[in-house]
Amino acid sequence: MSQPSMSEALRGVVRRDLLLAMRRRSDVAMSVFFVVIVASLFPLGVGPEPAVLRMIASGVLWVTALLACLLSLGRLFTADYLDGVLEQTLLIPQPLAVLVVGKVFAHWVISGLPVVLLSPLLGLQFGLSGDSLGVLTLSLLLGTPTLSMIGAIGAALTLGLRGSGLLVALLVLPLFVPVLIFGAGAVTSSLAGIGSEANLSLLGACFLLSLAFAPWATAVALRIALE
Amino acid sequence: MFQTVALSGSRGERLLFSDVSVTVKPGTLLAVLGANGSGKTSFLRMLCGLLSPDGGAILWQGKDIRQLKELYTAQLTYIGHLNGIKDELTPVENLTVSACLAGDESSGGIVQKALEAVGLEQSVHRLPTRVLSQGQKRRVALARLWLSTRPLWLLDEPFASLDAVATSYLTQRLQSHLNNGGMVVVATHQEIALPTDSIQHLRLAR
Repeated sequence: MSQPSMSEALRGVVRRDLLLAMRRRSDVAMSVFFVVIVASLFPLGVGPEPAVLRMIASGVLWVTALLACLLSLGRLFTADYLDGVLEQTLLIPQPLAVLVVGKVFAHWVISGLPVVLLSPLLGLQFGLSGDSLGVLTLSLLLGTPTLSMIGAIGAALTLGLRGSGLLVALLVLPLFVPVLIFGAGAVTSSLAGIGSEANLSLLGACFLLSLAFAPWATAVALRIALE
Repeated sequence: MFQTVALSGSRGERLLFSDVSVTVKPGTLLAVLGANGSGKTSFLRMLCGLLSPDGGAILWQGKDIRQLKELYTAQLTYIGHLNGIKDELTPVENLTVSACLAGDESSGGIVQKALEAVGLEQSVHRLPTRVLSQGQKRRVALARLWLSTRPLWLLDEPFASLDAVATSYLTQRLQSHLNNGGMVVVATHQEIALPTDSIQHLRLAR
């Protein structure tokens, strides 16, 4: 009789979720299309004035990324809960918090990473310069995993509840606010030429803080949801 | 050895069972019987550690499972009321992933052999599980027992949706596990065709 090592269990969870995402390509495409369409609507609605577009760019792109994350949170645990895979996950002989990290990482690869990769292209629509595009991408690279981590707590807390989509939004949106402020602030600072290091450092700190606490809190919430 | 000591459990305000003390020795099967809603599934989920008991203790090799945590879950295979398989994945993928996560062997055609042992023909091994019948899905879930080397099996209505042939395969597998010194706890409505000296019964009453 053997037992999977922590890294084997972590890899197994990530591999399974990515394999499932490959089979449900429409779910992944939906997040990407949402971001592209919403970000493209703003220049059409606000008008072609470059100064205005540059001013609103960071806020629009960050709120779009945040809403895309929120939209995909419903898929994080619900399917596993309904088909019994979550029960089996809880019985894997490794700490549940570690397995949660695997699930959140896979969620980020599916819903957050495409946004990060698309962000330079979306930023161009708003007339962002090369430096600002770099800061935008870096801020999303640091911020979107944090959104997934925080979102996982909300998704776990509302698992199995009726109207959980709205409840997740109410629970996690206030917690997203610091990430939104620092993320958008990094790009704005870069545009103003005052350097974005402080905001990026704070985003990094938010990520580390969420990495330390969110998996543990999510694991507790999942155990309660399955009781 | 696996024991429950004065175990009691409830759902909401309703007491399901109380003061349940049983011992499952190596090579024996405990059949948990009872009417619908009598608490069989809750009892099994408690034995897994998925539900907390209201009172009493569950002991594995004399130690409380709440202290053993992952050391205990490494000893058990649980197949619940839900199959715990993904409709989008093929039976082979489902089994390979779950074997990998459980630390069971999954290479060298072992997974295909397990699926064949439970009576699933090769033609369905590579189909998405969603196109399979309920009985075939249940067989995919139960095929995990052919990969499991863990001593304690907790099975919730394993015979549900199975035809006579699959029931016979599963009974043989249970017998071989018991012969190897394994322990099984089964929540069931059915008679299990195993030698009576290896079976003990626990009836939960509403």
